Amino acid sequence: MSAFFTLVRRDLSLAFRQGFDSLMVVAFFVIAVVLFPFGVGPEPNTLARIAAGTIWVAALLASMLSLERLFQTDYEDGTLELLALAPVPLEVTVIAKVVAHWLTTGLPLILTAPLLAVLMQLPSEGYLVLIAALSLGTPTLSLIGAVGAALILGSRRGGVLLSLLVLPLYIPVLIFGVSAVDAAIGDMGVRPHLLILAALFVGTLALTPWASAAALRQALE
Amino acid sequence: MHRFANPTRFLRIAAAVQPWVMWITVALFGAGLYMALFTAPADYQQGESVRIMYVHVPAAWMGMFCYAAMAVASAVALIWKHPLADVAAKATAPVGAAFTFLSLATGSLWGKPMWGTWWVWDARLTSMLILLFLYVGYMALQGAFDDRARGAKASAILALVGAVNLPIIKFSVDWWNTLHQPASVIKMGGPSIHASMLWPLLLLALAYKGYYIWVLLVRMREELTANKVRILRLKQVHGG
Repeated sequence: MSAFFTLVRRDLSLAFRQGFDSLMVVAFFVIAVVLFPFGVGPEPNTLARIAAGTIWVAALLASMLSLERLFQTDYEDGTLELLALAPVPLEVTVIAKVVAHWLTTGLPLILTAPLLAVLMQLPSEGYLVLIAALSLGTPTLSLIGAVGAALILGSRRGGVLLSLLVLPLYIPVLIFGVSAVDAAIGDMGVRPHLLILAALFVGTLALTPWASAAALRQALE
Repeated sequence: MHRFANPTRFLRIAAAVQPWVMWITVALFGAGLYMALFTAPADYQQGESVRIMYVHVPAAWMGMFCYAAMAVASAVALIWKHPLADVAAKATAPVGAAFTFLSLATGSLWGKPMWGTWWVWDARLTSMLILLFLYVGYMALQGAFDDRARGAKASAILALVGAVNLPIIKFSVDWWNTLHQPASVIKMGGPSIHASMLWPLLLLALAYKGYYIWVLLVRMREELTANKVRILRLKQVHGG
């Protein structure tokens, strides 16, 4: 367990010292959402209708943006091989890195989302549910993304490839995340949507570390 | 199964089987297409355009079947390191993608006269579209490495992840669709389908399957030969 926290701390301090990575993700998130009013026009009703969807899609893209570096730097400087040789199972290492990734990208996204909801005229009933849905959904995104990030190690054109691999797998989270917010606005039951998001999170937490670890092992062979 | 793990033995069997598969496929296509285009009745609502069904539905089936085959082959390759399973998975991917694309294209051609648009965000169509993306991702990952063995392994893991995810995606798309769409767009596969329409459909489904096996054999033999050529070239360079 102490190894786990050491790893998380290491990744976090690296992220903070290397500068503005989290800020860049947040900036991308804001700009991507702000583009939509220019695309569809400033009419409040239209914006309110698409608010949840745009925020979710932008969050998906933003969390994918920083995935490429999840294992890349460690792979290049050889740290990953040492981590694989360590007595800690590689699956645990993967979870530690995912936790650090979520703290540096998922959490800032959740904190920024209410601001964007204001800009996008999201009805006030949707705020809490949007935050709840993002809190349940973004860890799932980081977990699924870790599989993709591990698979592309050492490939050509990693970044573009990553989006092709990961985005189709993000679709369930997007669907239930948006429908939770829509249900809250439409005054319908929110619970089933959030429960399914939670189920997706628990399921990916159980399954994806194995796939990520397998992908890392074959990358290090 | 390990009896067939020897590529040389596989090549011998494949060479013997391939012409049979080809002729059976041709015969099935001939019979199926004849029945579909001439003897099957036109639908009382959809008219002649219902005949698109006979090429559309089997293609959609094969699109899904090929992904399942690819996932099984990938699992076998990862678990038992079966040398032919990698080759089979790699050979299946483009065929499956082509079937999926064919089902989307014919579906869109069918949709124009029936629904009045080329595309609707119907649950089935959307799922097939995502399936196509998964195929494209698989093939892209496979080709992205200089080391072919790594491409094979990485894409095998991806195929398994995708196979686990596909039912979840299918379920969520169904859910999404019932929320956003009136469910009356299509009522396909009504209560029963008459034998005069069922027979050509089944024959063509078998023909598609035969075609898949045929192309799979051709592609696997080609891949194995290409491997041999590559090894010979390397030997030439090193033995120089």
